[in-house]
Amino acid sequence: MEKEQFYYDNKIIKMFLWATILWGVVGMLVGLIVALLFVFPGLLEFAGSDNAISWLSFGRLRPLHTNAVIFAFVGNGIFMGIYYSMQRLLKTRMFNDVLSRIHFWGWQTIIVAAAITLPLGLTSSKEYAELEWPIDIMVVLIWVVFGVNMIGTILKRRQRHIYVAIWFYIATLITVAVLYIFNNLEMPITGFKSYSVYSGVQDALVQWWYGHNAVAFFLTTPVLGLMYYFVPKVANRPVYSYRLSIIHFWTLIFLYIWAGPHHLLYTALPEWAQNLGTVFSVMLIFPSWGGMINGLLTLRGAWDKVRENPVLKFFVVAITGYGMATFEGPMLSFKNVNAIGHYTDWIVGHVHVGALAWNGFMIAGIVYWLAAKLWKTELYSKKLANTHFWLGTLGILIYAIPLYIAGFTQALMWKDFNPDGTLVYGNFLETVTQIIPMYAMRAVGGTLYLTGFLILGYNIIMTAKQGSPVEDELAEAAPLKKITGGRIAGEGFHTWLERKTVLFTILTTVAVLIGGLVEIVPMILVKSNVPTITSVKPYSPLELEGRDIYIREGCNNCHSQMIRPFRSEVERYGEYSKAGEFVYDYPFLWGSKRTGPDVHRLGGKYNDNWHFNHMIDPRSTSPGSIMPRYPWLVKNTLNASDLEAKMKGLVIVGVPYTEEDIQGAKAALVAQAKEIENNLRQDPEYVANYGSSNIQTKEIVALIAYLQRLGTDIKAEGNETALK
Amino acid sequence: MLKFIKHNLEGIDGVEIYPIISLLLFFIVFVSMLIFVFKLPKRSIEEKSQLPLESDLTINEFNHE
Repeated sequence: MEKEQFYYDNKIIKMFLWATILWGVVGMLVGLIVALLFVFPGLLEFAGSDNAISWLSFGRLRPLHTNAVIFAFVGNGIFMGIYYSMQRLLKTRMFNDVLSRIHFWGWQTIIVAAAITLPLGLTSSKEYAELEWPIDIMVVLIWVVFGVNMIGTILKRRQRHIYVAIWFYIATLITVAVLYIFNNLEMPITGFKSYSVYSGVQDALVQWWYGHNAVAFFLTTPVLGLMYYFVPKVANRPVYSYRLSIIHFWTLIFLYIWAGPHHLLYTALPEWAQNLGTVFSVMLIFPSWGGMINGLLTLRGAWDKVRENPVLKFFVVAITGYGMATFEGPMLSFKNVNAIGHYTDWIVGHVHVGALAWNGFMIAGIVYWLAAKLWKTELYSKKLANTHFWLGTLGILIYAIPLYIAGFTQALMWKDFNPDGTLVYGNFLETVTQIIPMYAMRAVGGTLYLTGFLILGYNIIMTAKQGSPVEDELAEAAPLKKITGGRIAGEGFHTWLERKTVLFTILTTVAVLIGGLVEIVPMILVKSNVPTITSVKPYSPLELEGRDIYIREGCNNCHSQMIRPFRSEVERYGEYSKAGEFVYDYPFLWGSKRTGPDVHRLGGKYNDNWHFNHMIDPRSTSPGSIMPRYPWLVKNTLNASDLEAKMKGLVIVGVPYTEEDIQGAKAALVAQAKEIENNLRQDPEYVANYGSSNIQTKEIVALIAYLQRLGTDIKAEGNETALK
Repeated sequence: MLKFIKHNLEGIDGVEIYPIISLLLFFIVFVSMLIFVFKLPKRSIEEKSQLPLESDLTINEFNHE
């Protein structure tokens, strides 16, 4: 048959490659900075501790780190690999160059928008979905552009069969779209403020259905697709078992979507949903390890190449890291193991094995290999690549191992009882100061890893300099003959299915949707899932504003609001948390990590002055604390101009504020602020220092109001019962 | 595990049948997938696993810009 000539678009791959390196450095650098804040809480207080800069505080930088690494670094990395491998696997140029460019520049714009808004405190607070609603819309639009470009490329292919890597890309495309949209359904209040349409338990379930599958379908499936293309490519031998890769694909995408509730074990989530999460998480080990084995065994008989080729070294450690993280995941989903690991640094160590080894090393290997291909030259320095490899590997170990130790140490300290039934470490801070050395070592590990990555950057720049600037690559292949849409003689079902792109995509969608539907629909429809507590009331206007400050400052990054039903937690924090207490929490703020103590029963535990002093200087009330200072809360005047819009928005999503509540909101806010100011004035030191500062108009008062409200509704019920 | 599911959904008529249906669905889907995969002809499997390797069809390179 007559062959057609065409050009592969290499320019777009180079663009994504540079973006990967740039955002990799930025994301990891921010990571290193937040890691150092654990050891030196005052590190970024350049202008003196009383003038700490709000947008450099931990609660705002941590989401910047996670978003930068996930969506900017890994995101650009997977697009780079997808644009390269799709064109070659389908023997065609990408569907449309303009769409490719819109995808690239749109994605970079989103990243820049995130890098500006997150430090400003414009956040929805939901982990890895922090971006506010206008950026969410942009994400969806750009994702659609990517999708059209991808499906268009598949439809104009010159290769009948669609290789397994591309199935993983299709699953990524579909599932990320579904997850992102459903988790970001928000009620916009102003240009950069919205409330989740779900509250409490339901919001938590939707968030972790998303959160877990962001890991599954953004950090795992596309990277597995890359593995199935680049590992055979670099090793120059076919994948170990193509059959296994089909089983891997269908089992993985079918099981993954159910596993989200394992992030909520022992919380107020109904137990049936927790158990569902556990069962599916445990099953997940089979496809995950099937994939790992398939990747590693592709190198069978080629292990000598691993010694010589730095790219394969990166791949081997990456796939091993995948195996470790996907072994640990199911183990952590057992409730008894989760009881130890959850809220501790073990989880941080666990995700970094995935991020640094699996994602980081997979992408590094691909970047090295692609650089030589794209610039038609040899890699500038193999030696430097090997140096990067060893620095990175050591970095991963020195990062992860101290955090495992820290996690276990802290969990055991939290649960340690004296023979008389009191806690051995009743002061939470003791359990923090104990693990500071581990935090210091983690920062050392991160430094090594970042150094290695900087070496990669240098190596690639030098490679590009010595190579040729070819932007388009000429190739030729025969066009596809038209054949019947039905199965032809001797064609197996799956072989047929693979060439029916649209049907394949629909089946993939069905497979991923079932799990989500089974979890989420009953949660939202079946009333008994969230037993109501009559004494739980909506937040007062001042508390609502305080809650928004809590969200803005990212307090939920370090403080949970979810006391698990353990003797040790009830002893430390108070009555365990009930689902019904969170019905007016739009969004939920349960948190996922306790760098500081749980705050769900904080209300009434300390007086207003304690909170006031603690926010200005945490170390004045809690010596040795690593919490940031929040001096700006005392200086900034509370801006309650959107208060009515906020309350009206909340009414629409389901908070029973009455018309009078909304009309009297401003007056109620002022009255409650005045009351707190009066409480504060009982301390002569406060009167001496702040007596004339009109503190009742400042943000701190709103935050104190919210903190004093936390977890107190249920106590009111206790009183009522006692009276009866 | 079933008691948790049943407890929460007992308001639905005939809910007992749901777990059985889901188990059957799972079982059938997985088993049929396995059967299909193992029935795939060896030749087509080999052909497909070669796809990443044969895709370097570049004949020559030049900058056409």
